[in-house]
Amino acid sequence: MYAQMVKTDASRVKSPDDMDSQERAFQERIDAGQKIEPKEWMPEGYRKTLIRQISQHAHSEIVGQLPEGNWITRAPTLERKAILLAKVQDEAGHGLYLYCAAETLGVSRDALYEQLHSGKAKYSSIFNYPTLSWADIGAIGWLVDGAAIMNQVPLQRCSYGPYSRAMIRICKEESFHQRQGYDILIKMMKGTPAQKAMVQDALNRWWWPSLMMFGPSDDASVHSVQSMAWKIKQNSNDELRQKFVDQTVPQAEYLGLAVPDPDLKWNEEKGGYDFGEPDWNEFFEVIAGNGPCNAERLGARRTAWEDGAWFRDGLTAHAEKAARRAQPGAAE
Amino acid sequence: MSSEWPLWEVFIRGQHGLNHRHVGSLHAPDAEMAINNARDVYTRRNEGVSIWVVRSSDIAASAPSEKGPLFEPANAKVYRHPTFFDIPDEAGHM
Repeated sequence: MYAQMVKTDASRVKSPDDMDSQERAFQERIDAGQKIEPKEWMPEGYRKTLIRQISQHAHSEIVGQLPEGNWITRAPTLERKAILLAKVQDEAGHGLYLYCAAETLGVSRDALYEQLHSGKAKYSSIFNYPTLSWADIGAIGWLVDGAAIMNQVPLQRCSYGPYSRAMIRICKEESFHQRQGYDILIKMMKGTPAQKAMVQDALNRWWWPSLMMFGPSDDASVHSVQSMAWKIKQNSNDELRQKFVDQTVPQAEYLGLAVPDPDLKWNEEKGGYDFGEPDWNEFFEVIAGNGPCNAERLGARRTAWEDGAWFRDGLTAHAEKAARRAQPGAAE
Repeated sequence: MSSEWPLWEVFIRGQHGLNHRHVGSLHAPDAEMAINNARDVYTRRNEGVSIWVVRSSDIAASAPSEKGPLFEPANAKVYRHPTFFDIPDEAGHM
């Protein structure tokens, strides 16, 4: 998802008998549906896992601006341009909500940026694919934001208060993202054969990477079981992927598009679609930094950070000077 | 070499005469920029008509460990709620 394959430091999930009294009381609060708040006691593993998950999520929002930002200057109309600008600005906002939530766990903003810029921290695999045509902007809103919503809606109920509250804000805004994308595609599918072909091409390229967003099957993963016990993950990757496919296929049909999966078939018995396996080798390559745009994305982030340094320093200097002046008896 | 901008807590007053409410935090070099940034980060959809910002380091907070002594005494004082008292129907609306 926006946070993929988050490790928990757990080699196995503790039973209540293995926990000390403090940890057991903590788990009981989570089981009772209570929220954990920043200054309260929490197991070190819970804190570290949340920092990893929330910061990876934040990094994804920030890097996620880049593939779409690519089309702001080339949007087909002024209205589409204004909408895309607003959407990309939302992504920046979502990143900021999430960084704030991560900081309540005792990590600094600059440390988080450093982890992103050095390549130490990950962000979602999906943003390492290129946006080749205007239809890609539609496909990203529809598929990528659609997949993100699948994951983020349950995260609103997550056990950590600041993360849960950030997710509530984000989910309120996310539906606009998906709808504006689908609206782009509806419009293009009423257009010329060339425009329709662009939409089909975009779906062909974005379908599998979108399914990969949920991460490989984690039914056997100790990290997943631990995260679920802590209620910082609510559904398995396969569950969410199934839900996404079931919701999205009829939307593709409505548009008159063919989903690029020969194994896709409605399964009456399970009341959902059967579908093929994404190419997990490709996924692991992208995660490892070898996707089509990894270097470009990180490069753009680093350049933005470094080129902005003089500006950040200037504002800091101004603020310090103004504060000195405000002190009684300060020399002008 | 850059030093990190301080953290500010952001409070927004919504449209309908409610109190300012904490909505989150952000980094900014000074109060003026904090308000400018809060406008962009927290009120993109008409969420507010007024913004307060305060440096996070200036907030004093109760400790989670004091939760019991601070708030439990109120549990025993149910008579502070009007529903504690049974008023006969005959007395009319009260």
